[in-house]
Amino acid sequence: MSGSPDTADKISALGYGPEARQWWLAVMAKATLPELEQAWTEVPDKPDFRVLRAPEIGLAMVRGRIGGTGAPFNMGEMTMTRAAVQMLDASGTACFTGFGYIAGRSARHAELVAIFDALLQDPRHRQPVLRGLIVPLAERHEAGRAHKAAKAQASKVEFFTLVRGE
Amino acid sequence: MTGMADFTHIKPGFADPVHQAQACFRTILDAMAHPGRIVMVPPPAGLAVGPLGAAACAVALTLCDFDTPVWFDAAAQPAAPYVTFHCGAPLTAEPAAARFGFAGEPAALPALHTFALGTDEYPERSTTLLIEVAGLRLGNGGVRIAGPGIVDTAGIVIDGLPARFWTDRAALAELFPRGVDVLFASGKRLAALPRSTRVQF
Repeated sequence: MSGSPDTADKISALGYGPEARQWWLAVMAKATLPELEQAWTEVPDKPDFRVLRAPEIGLAMVRGRIGGTGAPFNMGEMTMTRAAVQMLDASGTACFTGFGYIAGRSARHAELVAIFDALLQDPRHRQPVLRGLIVPLAERHEAGRAHKAAKAQASKVEFFTLVRGE
Repeated sequence: MTGMADFTHIKPGFADPVHQAQACFRTILDAMAHPGRIVMVPPPAGLAVGPLGAAACAVALTLCDFDTPVWFDAAAQPAAPYVTFHCGAPLTAEPAAARFGFAGEPAALPALHTFALGTDEYPERSTTLLIEVAGLRLGNGGVRIAGPGIVDTAGIVIDGLPARFWTDRAALAELFPRGVDVLFASGKRLAALPRSTRVQF
Protein backbone atom coordinates (compact mmCIF):
# COMPACT_ATOMS: atom_id res chain seq x y z
CA MET A 1 0.00 0.00 0.00
CA SER A 2 1.34 3.41 -0.85
CA GLY A 3 -0.07 6.79 -0.05
CA SER A 4 -1.39 9.37 -2.42
CA PRO A 5 0.97 12.20 -3.38
CA ASP A 6 -0.85 14.39 -0.87
CA THR A 7 -0.13 12.17 2.09
CA ALA A 8 3.42 11.50 0.97
CA ASP A 9 3.97 15.24 0.76
CA LYS A 10 2.53 15.61 4.22
CA ILE A 11 4.93 13.04 5.66
CA SER A 12 7.97 14.70 4.10
CA ALA A 13 6.75 18.16 5.15
CA LEU A 14 6.20 17.12 8.76
CA GLY A 15 9.49 15.27 9.05
CA TYR A 16 9.75 13.18 12.19
CA GLY A 17 9.41 15.85 14.84
CA PRO A 18 6.65 16.51 17.36
CA GLU A 19 4.20 17.59 14.63
CA ALA A 20 4.49 14.27 12.82
CA ARG A 21 3.94 12.50 16.10
CA GLN A 22 0.85 14.56 16.85
CA TRP A 23 -0.45 13.64 13.42
CA TRP A 24 0.00 9.87 13.71
CA LEU A 25 -1.34 9.86 17.28
CA ALA A 26 -4.47 11.68 16.07
CA VAL A 27 -4.87 9.31 13.13
CA MET A 28 -4.61 6.24 15.36
CA ALA A 29 -6.93 7.72 18.01
CA LYS A 30 -9.63 8.05 15.34
CA ALA A 31 -9.05 4.54 13.96
CA THR A 32 -11.13 1.56 15.03
CA LEU A 33 -9.78 -1.16 17.29
CA PRO A 34 -10.01 -3.94 14.63
CA GLU A 35 -7.96 -1.81 12.23
CA LEU A 36 -5.16 -1.49 14.78
CA GLU A 37 -5.38 -5.14 15.88
CA GLN A 38 -5.08 -6.22 12.25
CA ALA A 39 -2.05 -3.98 11.70
CA TRP A 40 -0.42 -5.32 14.86
CA THR A 41 -0.70 -8.91 13.62
CA GLU A 42 1.07 -7.81 10.43
CA VAL A 43 4.10 -6.23 12.16
CA PRO A 44 7.15 -8.38 11.44
CA ASP A 45 9.85 -8.99 14.10
CA LYS A 46 7.74 -7.70 16.95
CA PRO A 47 9.95 -6.19 19.64
CA ASP A 48 9.23 -6.75 23.34
CA PHE A 49 7.27 -4.18 25.29
CA ARG A 50 6.66 -3.50 28.92
CA VAL A 51 3.77 -1.52 30.31
CA LEU A 52 4.92 1.76 31.82
CA ARG A 53 1.45 3.06 32.64
CA ALA A 54 -1.30 0.47 32.49
CA PRO A 55 -4.37 1.74 30.59
CA GLU A 56 -6.37 4.07 32.82
CA ILE A 57 -9.71 5.74 32.24
CA GLY A 58 -10.25 9.36 33.17
CA LEU A 59 -12.03 12.53 32.25
CA ALA A 60 -10.80 15.47 30.21
CA MET A 61 -12.47 18.86 30.04
CA VAL A 62 -13.32 19.83 26.50
CA ARG A 63 -13.26 23.56 25.88
CA GLY A 64 -15.24 25.26 23.18
CA ARG A 65 -15.36 28.62 21.43
CA ILE A 66 -18.85 28.70 20.00
CA GLY A 67 -20.06 31.79 21.81
CA GLY A 68 -20.61 35.04 19.97
CA THR A 69 -17.46 36.60 21.37
CA GLY A 70 -15.21 33.60 20.74
CA ALA A 71 -14.16 33.33 24.36
CA PRO A 72 -13.23 29.80 25.48
CA PHE A 73 -15.58 28.07 27.89
CA ASN A 74 -15.87 24.61 29.44
CA MET A 75 -18.17 22.69 27.16
CA GLY A 76 -18.20 19.44 29.07
CA GLU A 77 -16.14 16.48 30.17
CA MET A 78 -15.40 13.47 28.00
CA THR A 79 -14.14 10.02 28.90
CA MET A 80 -10.57 9.30 27.85
CA THR A 81 -8.27 6.34 28.18
CA ARG A 82 -4.49 6.64 28.22
CA ALA A 83 -1.60 4.21 28.34
CA ALA A 84 2.18 4.27 28.05
CA VAL A 85 4.49 1.44 27.02
CA GLN A 86 8.25 1.10 26.66
CA MET A 87 9.83 -0.78 23.78
CA LEU A 88 12.69 -2.99 24.93
CA ASP A 89 15.85 -3.57 22.91
CA ALA A 90 17.62 -6.92 22.64
CA SER A 91 19.27 -6.45 26.04
CA GLY A 92 15.93 -5.71 27.72
CA THR A 93 16.49 -2.00 28.34
CA ALA A 94 13.83 0.52 27.38
CA CYS A 95 14.66 2.32 24.13
CA PHE A 96 11.43 4.08 23.09
CA THR A 97 8.39 5.20 25.05
CA GLY A 98 5.02 5.25 23.32
CA PHE A 99 1.92 7.07 24.53
CA GLY A 100 -1.71 6.50 23.59
CA TYR A 101 -4.63 8.80 24.37
CA ILE A 102 -8.04 7.93 22.95
CA ALA A 103 -11.62 9.01 23.41
CA GLY A 104 -13.76 6.41 25.15
CA ARG A 105 -13.01 3.46 27.39
CA SER A 106 -11.16 0.95 25.22
CA ALA A 107 -8.04 -0.04 27.16
CA ARG A 108 -6.71 -2.16 24.31
CA HIS A 109 -7.13 0.69 21.82
CA ALA A 110 -5.07 3.03 24.03
CA GLU A 111 -2.43 0.34 24.51
CA LEU A 112 -2.15 -0.35 20.76
CA VAL A 113 -1.83 3.37 20.01
CA ALA A 114 1.00 3.52 22.54
CA ILE A 115 2.68 0.45 21.02
CA PHE A 116 2.52 1.90 17.51
CA ASP A 117 3.72 5.28 18.77
CA ALA A 118 6.84 3.55 20.09
CA LEU A 119 7.26 1.60 16.82
CA LEU A 120 6.99 4.83 14.83
CA GLN A 121 9.86 6.35 16.80
CA ASP A 122 12.08 3.41 15.89
CA PRO A 123 13.80 4.02 12.52
CA ARG A 124 13.64 0.27 11.77
CA HIS A 125 9.85 0.15 12.00
CA ARG A 126 8.87 3.71 11.05
CA GLN A 127 8.53 3.43 7.27
CA PRO A 128 6.61 0.11 7.17
CA VAL A 129 4.19 1.32 9.85
CA LEU A 130 3.69 4.70 8.18
CA ARG A 131 3.06 3.11 4.78
CA GLY A 132 1.08 0.13 6.00
CA LEU A 133 -1.04 1.70 8.73
CA ILE A 134 -0.96 5.45 9.21
CA VAL A 135 -1.24 6.61 5.60
CA PRO A 136 -4.12 4.24 4.67
CA LEU A 137 -5.93 5.18 7.89
CA ALA A 138 -5.48 8.88 7.22
CA GLU A 139 -6.72 8.47 3.65
CA ARG A 140 -9.73 6.43 4.71
CA HIS A 141 -10.54 9.02 7.32
CA GLU A 142 -10.16 11.85 4.81
CA ALA A 143 -12.32 10.00 2.26
CA GLY A 144 -15.02 9.53 4.90
CA ARG A 145 -14.90 13.23 5.71
CA ALA A 146 -15.08 14.18 2.03
CA HIS A 147 -18.03 11.84 1.51
CA LYS A 148 -19.89 13.35 4.45
CA ALA A 149 -19.06 16.86 3.32
CA ALA A 150 -20.30 16.05 -0.20
CA LYS A 151 -23.58 14.70 1.15
CA ALA A 152 -24.01 17.77 3.30
CA GLN A 153 -23.10 20.00 0.37
CA ALA A 154 -25.81 18.37 -1.80
CA SER A 155 -28.47 19.31 0.73
CA LYS A 156 -27.33 22.91 0.95
CA VAL A 157 -30.17 25.36 0.47
CA GLU A 158 -29.58 28.83 -0.92
CA PHE A 159 -31.78 31.41 0.69
CA PHE A 160 -32.57 34.48 -1.31
CA THR A 161 -35.32 36.97 -1.60
CA LEU A 162 -36.95 37.70 -4.93
CA VAL A 163 -36.99 41.30 -5.88
CA ARG A 164 -40.43 42.52 -5.17
CA GLY A 165 -41.99 44.23 -8.11
CA GLU A 166 -42.92 47.75 -7.34
CA MET B 1 13.68 11.65 18.13
CA THR B 2 14.90 15.10 18.88
CA GLY B 3 12.94 17.71 20.75
CA MET B 4 10.88 15.23 22.77
CA ALA B 5 11.01 14.40 26.43
CA ASP B 6 12.75 11.13 27.16
CA PHE B 7 10.75 8.70 29.27
CA THR B 8 12.86 5.62 28.67
CA HIS B 9 14.59 5.87 32.07
CA ILE B 10 11.29 5.79 33.98
CA LYS B 11 10.45 2.44 35.52
CA PRO B 12 6.96 0.94 35.40
CA GLY B 13 4.42 1.63 38.11
CA PHE B 14 1.89 -0.86 39.44
CA ALA B 15 0.85 -3.38 36.77
CA ASP B 16 -2.63 -3.62 38.33
CA PRO B 17 -2.97 -0.11 39.82
CA VAL B 18 -6.32 -0.49 41.56
CA HIS B 19 -5.75 -3.76 43.41
CA GLN B 20 -2.09 -3.25 44.15
CA ALA B 21 -2.69 0.25 45.48
CA GLN B 22 -5.52 -1.09 47.65
CA ALA B 23 -3.33 -3.89 49.04
CA CYS B 24 -0.51 -1.43 49.65
CA PHE B 25 -2.84 1.08 51.31
CA ARG B 26 -4.02 -1.63 53.69
CA THR B 27 -0.39 -2.46 54.50
CA ILE B 28 0.49 1.17 55.20
CA LEU B 29 -2.63 1.52 57.36
CA ASP B 30 -1.56 -1.55 59.30
CA ALA B 31 1.90 -0.10 59.86
CA MET B 32 0.50 3.29 60.93
CA ALA B 33 -1.94 1.66 63.35
CA HIS B 34 0.78 -0.49 64.87
CA PRO B 35 4.02 1.43 65.36
CA GLY B 36 6.76 -1.02 66.19
CA ARG B 37 5.48 -3.52 63.67
CA ILE B 38 7.44 -4.10 60.48
CA VAL B 39 5.25 -4.82 57.48
CA MET B 40 6.23 -6.04 54.05
CA VAL B 41 4.78 -4.29 51.01
CA PRO B 42 2.78 -6.77 48.95
CA PRO B 43 4.40 -8.24 45.84
CA PRO B 44 5.36 -7.46 43.14
CA ALA B 45 7.94 -5.42 44.93
CA GLY B 46 10.71 -5.40 42.38
CA LEU B 47 10.58 -1.63 42.10
CA ALA B 48 13.55 0.44 43.21
CA VAL B 49 14.33 3.91 41.95
CA GLY B 50 17.51 5.66 42.98
CA PRO B 51 17.98 5.16 46.72
CA LEU B 52 14.27 4.41 47.25
CA GLY B 53 13.44 0.74 47.60
CA ALA B 54 10.31 -1.21 46.78
CA ALA B 55 8.40 -0.17 49.90
CA ALA B 56 9.12 3.53 49.37
CA CYS B 57 8.08 3.36 45.71
CA ALA B 58 4.88 1.52 46.58
CA VAL B 59 4.04 4.15 49.21
CA ALA B 60 4.54 6.90 46.63
CA LEU B 61 2.42 5.12 44.01
CA THR B 62 -0.31 4.51 46.56
CA LEU B 63 -0.54 7.82 48.42
CA CYS B 64 0.72 10.59 46.14
CA ASP B 65 -1.43 12.37 43.58
CA PHE B 66 -1.90 15.81 42.05
CA ASP B 67 -3.11 17.15 45.41
CA THR B 68 0.05 16.26 47.33
CA PRO B 69 3.16 18.36 46.73
CA VAL B 70 6.18 16.10 47.15
CA TRP B 71 9.66 16.95 48.35
CA PHE B 72 12.82 14.92 47.69
CA ASP B 73 16.14 15.31 49.44
CA ALA B 74 19.30 15.53 47.32
CA ALA B 75 19.92 11.78 47.45
CA ALA B 76 16.34 10.91 46.47
CA GLN B 77 16.23 13.31 43.49
CA PRO B 78 16.59 10.44 40.96
CA ALA B 79 13.18 9.19 42.13
CA ALA B 80 11.46 12.55 41.48
CA PRO B 81 10.67 11.95 37.76
CA TYR B 82 9.25 8.54 38.66
CA VAL B 83 6.81 9.96 41.19
CA THR B 84 5.81 12.96 39.09
CA PHE B 85 5.18 10.74 36.05
CA HIS B 86 3.15 8.04 37.75
CA CYS B 87 1.37 10.10 40.41
CA GLY B 88 1.16 13.51 38.74
CA ALA B 89 2.29 15.01 42.04
CA PRO B 90 3.77 18.53 41.93
CA LEU B 91 7.36 18.87 43.09
CA THR B 92 8.34 21.35 45.76
CA ALA B 93 11.80 22.37 46.93
CA GLU B 94 10.33 23.68 50.18
CA PRO B 95 9.91 21.06 52.93
CA ALA B 96 7.21 23.17 54.59
CA ALA B 97 5.08 23.05 51.41
CA ALA B 98 5.27 19.27 51.05
CA ARG B 99 2.55 16.76 51.93
CA PHE B 100 5.03 13.94 51.37
CA GLY B 101 8.78 14.06 51.82
CA PHE B 102 11.13 11.38 50.53
CA ALA B 103 14.58 11.21 52.04
CA GLY B 104 17.24 8.90 50.65
CA GLU B 105 20.03 10.02 52.97
CA PRO B 106 18.98 10.06 56.65
CA ALA B 107 22.26 11.68 57.75
CA ALA B 108 21.46 14.79 55.67
CA LEU B 109 17.85 15.10 56.82
CA PRO B 110 16.71 18.71 57.42
CA ALA B 111 15.46 19.53 60.94
CA LEU B 112 11.98 18.07 61.43
CA HIS B 113 10.41 21.44 62.30
CA THR B 114 11.19 22.69 58.77
CA PHE B 115 8.50 20.35 57.40
CA ALA B 116 4.80 21.19 57.49
CA LEU B 117 3.46 20.51 60.99
CA GLY B 118 -0.22 21.15 60.30
CA THR B 119 -2.30 23.51 62.41
CA ASP B 120 -4.24 22.93 65.62
CA GLU B 121 -7.48 22.99 63.62
CA TYR B 122 -6.09 20.87 60.76
CA PRO B 123 -3.24 18.76 62.13
CA GLU B 124 -3.47 16.46 59.11
CA ARG B 125 -2.10 19.24 56.90
CA SER B 126 1.40 18.13 57.77
CA THR B 127 4.21 16.42 55.92
CA THR B 128 4.39 12.65 56.00
CA LEU B 129 8.07 11.93 55.82
CA LEU B 130 9.39 8.72 54.32
CA ILE B 131 13.00 7.93 55.14
CA GLU B 132 14.87 5.15 53.37
CA VAL B 133 17.20 3.67 55.98
CA ALA B 134 20.01 1.13 55.80
CA GLY B 135 18.31 -1.40 58.04
CA LEU B 136 15.08 -1.90 59.94
CA ARG B 137 14.42 -4.63 62.49
CA LEU B 138 12.62 -5.29 65.73
CA GLY B 139 14.48 -5.94 68.95
CA ASN B 140 16.76 -4.36 71.47
CA GLY B 141 19.69 -2.08 70.79
CA GLY B 142 17.68 0.73 69.24
CA VAL B 143 14.85 2.71 70.79
CA ARG B 144 11.84 1.58 72.81
CA ILE B 145 8.53 3.03 71.77
CA ALA B 146 5.14 3.23 73.46
CA GLY B 147 1.77 4.74 72.75
CA PRO B 148 -1.41 4.03 70.80
CA GLY B 149 -1.26 0.76 68.88
CA ILE B 150 1.53 -0.71 71.00
CA VAL B 151 0.94 -3.20 73.78
CA ASP B 152 3.30 -2.22 76.60
CA THR B 153 6.45 -1.17 74.73
CA ALA B 154 8.21 -2.29 71.54
CA GLY B 155 11.85 -2.18 70.54
CA ILE B 156 12.89 -1.15 67.07
CA VAL B 157 16.34 -0.74 65.56
CA ILE B 158 16.71 1.77 62.75
CA ASP B 159 20.14 1.76 61.15
CA GLY B 160 21.75 4.93 59.84
CA LEU B 161 19.45 7.39 61.55
CA PRO B 162 21.33 10.32 63.16
CA ALA B 163 20.78 10.92 66.88
CA ARG B 164 19.52 14.45 66.21
CA PHE B 165 16.41 12.95 64.56
CA TRP B 166 15.25 11.81 67.98
CA THR B 167 16.00 15.13 69.70
CA ASP B 168 14.22 16.97 66.84
CA ARG B 169 11.24 14.71 67.24
CA ALA B 170 11.16 15.09 71.02
CA ALA B 171 11.13 18.87 70.58
CA LEU B 172 7.96 18.61 68.47
CA ALA B 173 6.12 16.50 71.07
CA GLU B 174 4.76 19.53 72.95
CA LEU B 175 3.10 20.82 69.76
CA PHE B 176 0.78 17.80 69.60
CA PRO B 177 -1.63 17.40 67.74
CA ARG B 178 0.67 19.21 65.31
CA GLY B 179 3.69 17.21 64.20
CA VAL B 180 5.23 15.02 61.53
CA ASP B 181 4.38 11.38 60.83
CA VAL B 182 7.36 9.34 59.72
CA LEU B 183 7.59 6.15 57.70
CA PHE B 184 10.82 4.17 57.63
CA ALA B 185 11.48 2.03 54.60
CA SER B 186 14.28 -0.38 53.94
CA GLY B 187 13.93 -2.39 50.75
CA LYS B 188 10.56 -4.12 51.01
CA ARG B 189 10.25 -3.43 54.74
CA LEU B 190 8.19 -0.61 56.15
CA ALA B 191 7.56 0.71 59.68
CA ALA B 192 5.67 3.75 60.87
CA LEU B 193 6.39 6.25 63.60
CA PRO B 194 3.29 8.43 63.88
CA ARG B 195 3.39 11.61 65.98
CA SER B 196 1.38 9.91 68.72
CA THR B 197 4.18 7.45 69.49
CA ARG B 198 6.40 8.19 72.48
CA VAL B 199 10.06 7.27 72.38
CA GLN B 200 12.02 6.07 75.41
CA PHE B 201 15.78 5.72 75.41
